Amino acid sequence: EPISNNPQQKHSVSAQEKGLGAGGSVSGNGRPNTAAGCGGGGGGLSGGLTQPAGWQSLLSFTILFLAWLAGFSSRLFAVIRFESIIHEFDPWFNYRSTHHLSTNGFYEFLNWFDERAWYPLGRIVGGTVYPGLMVTAGLIHYLLNLLNVTVHIRDVCVFLAPIFSGLTAISTFLLTRELWNQGAGLLAACFIAIVPGYISRSVAGSFDNEGIAIFALQFTYYLWVKSVKTGSVFWTIGCCLSYFYMVSAWGGYVFIINLIPLHVFVLLLMQRYSRRLYIAYSTFYIVGLVLSMQIPFVGFQPIRTSEHMAAAGVFALLQAYAFLQYLKDRLTKQEFQTLFFLGVSLAAGVVFLTVIYLTYTGETAATMATQHHSLAQHMPSLYFSPLPLINPIKPVILNLDTERLFDPVLSAFAVYFAGVMVRLMLTLTPVVCMLSAIAFSSVFEHYLGDDMKRENPPAEDSSDEDDKRNSGNLYDKAGKVRKHVSEQDRPEEGLGPNIKSIVTMLMLMLLMMFAVHCTWVTSNAYSSPSVVLASYNHDGSRNILDDFREAYYWLRQNTDEHARVMSWWDYGYQIAGMANRTTLVDNNTWNNSHIALVGKAMSSNESAAYEIMKSLDVDYVLIIFGGVIGYSGDDINKFLWMVRIAEGEHPKDIRESDYFTPQGEFRVDKAGSPTLLNCLMYKMSYYRFGEMQLDFRTPPGFDRTRNAEIGNKDIRLKHLEEAFTSEHWLVRIYRVKKQENRQALDHKLRNVAAKQKYTSKKTAKRKRGYVKNKLVLKKGKKLNKKSV
Amino acid sequence: MSLSVIAVISRFLEEYRSSTSNKLKVIDAYLLYILLTGAFQFLYCLLVGTFPFNSFLSGFISSVGSFILAVCLRIQINPQNKGDFLSVSPERAFADFLFAHTVLHLVVVNFIG
Repeated sequence: EPISNNPQQKHSVSAQEKGLGAGGSVSGNGRPNTAAGCGGGGGGLSGGLTQPAGWQSLLSFTILFLAWLAGFSSRLFAVIRFESIIHEFDPWFNYRSTHHLSTNGFYEFLNWFDERAWYPLGRIVGGTVYPGLMVTAGLIHYLLNLLNVTVHIRDVCVFLAPIFSGLTAISTFLLTRELWNQGAGLLAACFIAIVPGYISRSVAGSFDNEGIAIFALQFTYYLWVKSVKTGSVFWTIGCCLSYFYMVSAWGGYVFIINLIPLHVFVLLLMQRYSRRLYIAYSTFYIVGLVLSMQIPFVGFQPIRTSEHMAAAGVFALLQAYAFLQYLKDRLTKQEFQTLFFLGVSLAAGVVFLTVIYLTYTGETAATMATQHHSLAQHMPSLYFSPLPLINPIKPVILNLDTERLFDPVLSAFAVYFAGVMVRLMLTLTPVVCMLSAIAFSSVFEHYLGDDMKRENPPAEDSSDEDDKRNSGNLYDKAGKVRKHVSEQDRPEEGLGPNIKSIVTMLMLMLLMMFAVHCTWVTSNAYSSPSVVLASYNHDGSRNILDDFREAYYWLRQNTDEHARVMSWWDYGYQIAGMANRTTLVDNNTWNNSHIALVGKAMSSNESAAYEIMKSLDVDYVLIIFGGVIGYSGDDINKFLWMVRIAEGEHPKDIRESDYFTPQGEFRVDKAGSPTLLNCLMYKMSYYRFGEMQLDFRTPPGFDRTRNAEIGNKDIRLKHLEEAFTSEHWLVRIYRVKKQENRQALDHKLRNVAAKQKYTSKKTAKRKRGYVKNKLVLKKGKKLNKKSV
Repeated sequence: MSLSVIAVISRFLEEYRSSTSNKLKVIDAYLLYILLTGAFQFLYCLLVGTFPFNSFLSGFISSVGSFILAVCLRIQINPQNKGDFLSVSPERAFADFLFAHTVLHLVVVNFIG
């Protein structure tokens, strides 16, 4: 493929730049915070570019710019191969909301009640969505249009995540620079620009919360570390505002509001309390609390749910600790002990009362529901494969500064969460990038920057050229004077130049392989829009399957504007976004009973399903069928989930075991269970499929996905009629017929219950009209000629 | 525990009166005032009820926030703590105080409903 060559080239170029950058910046700033002093020491040289500090800034800027460019380009595979389109499912809802925002204004969006979703219930969008993403995209669109750059809102949405990936790289650089040094920061920025774990959620077209949330996360962490370091309220308020942006962007803000208190708590335990810490956390907690409650979706949760209690607890603890420190400074030990005893008893009383109150009001921790587990992405991860290729050396952090302690705490938590839920691999990714960058930086510093360990730095040139010496003229920076230092100047170093060059080469190869690996993974695994399918023939040519959009656009153009479409919840957002029709259930899955109703309709036979569809005012039914092309994500493969969810709500009507064969297999051929062969989903999927012969080797009605010939070929639908089937039979739409005017009677014989013969209980005397000795006619017998 | 609590507290108050500068005493008086307003709001909420909850929360958090910010200011301008705050001069501390209060009260007014 000609397309893949260019990104590869770009990445090998950027890997070289990375190598250059790492070598240059490590040599330039191996010692933290004294680089400026070294730069000033370069006496005799005038002009900004020839001074080391000037070079440093230029290099940093160039590297960060290239990292942004690399991150942006690496996410464009899907746009180049297909088109600028919103991917997957959730982004379609975000796009629709952003479109609503850009056409109707901010207050309309905030108060939007969507009647076209979850018919007949509707959805309060303003109160159940994190508005940060929509507001960001809407704002960018508004500003660009204000400057008469008429960009369509769809393009803003598609390219938002790649642009924010560059900002994430910059904020990761800032954070790592605060935690370690500039070299590590630059490495971290380059890593996070191309790491697959982050790319998977932020390709061009994946218009989802994580695209901007990771940027907000890193930036909030950076501002937090800065505020702990300086103790200035200004930085803390900046941190609060960034935290507010994070709360508006993603539900994962809980990660921040637990990690920062944990950091403070660990510092308290390690007896590293300082006044700066007190100022930073107290201000952050209070202002952050009131800011976070401004988002309607969050509401009063920060003071009610258990996830936020750790922050409140640490806040209270910190106040008590600070007050005690204040008293300790002013009183003698004995006096302090007296007051301390009083204080402790008071605190114990308060805690006791609080516990009683909480148990009385029934505060319990959240529990997970079955439906939560039905989402594959919520499952615990089995292995850590998408992690970056590099995680070789976790640095042994010997002296932990207050802010450096932040890193292990962050990584421990991130690892735990990533192990619990695969989707949260995303929170682990920035941490791993930073740690790897620190590891690489330490290694490079150790093996390249040995000149820094010398007692007397040279007078002429403060920045080191030792790496050039050792790696044998591999790199040559223009304008730098190469220094020759003889071997005897380094008696402490036991490492010979060979080991240094070997290690350096290995590290660089590792980095280059990492870049190649990331690009390959991005290109193959994460760049599919999943709305458009592509298959490749044996001669390399591409076959595009655009069935989804064909069907959605048919719906859009050929159905009434207020038509209601029933489908399984996966496709709800796409139908709402592309077909612009009212749906019954969608990916928000907030109402399990409603979904169970739809599942019941799909799993019952046609008549029972028709009753449900009538009650829900359904006009069209949409299903996905992959039997013609072998698509394995179709509705028959999801069918058992429909049955399970329906069984959860209607256990008397639907039983999962009915759909299996007596041997316990799920089969669609003749041996399949009759309940399955007569259910609505089966009928809709295989309607007229029995007449279709795909090739001469297989019989007609051969399902390629299940590799079986279907059992029920002669399907007749009574209440539905086929409205549309897409080119490769992927999407099938059926119209629900209205009830006929006259109900056709089934010509069954009336079952009349045998009537009991009525025998009167009256005696002969009391009966009226009773003829005594009445002649009784017995058939076949001659009348007894008795005189009456 | 040889000293009674009252003796300790009275000694502490004497020491406080003599050793703290006037600037800090002004801030302490302000802190006491904020504490009282916060306490009254909480008392009102306990007596009358929590409706409307967002108004109570915004008022209470405003008190607590003002208290915390004033404490931060007091810590930062105390000349005994100069070693902790190398980059924060007293003027900068006060400017930060004003900035933080602006943000806090903007949010409080939005939240009060």
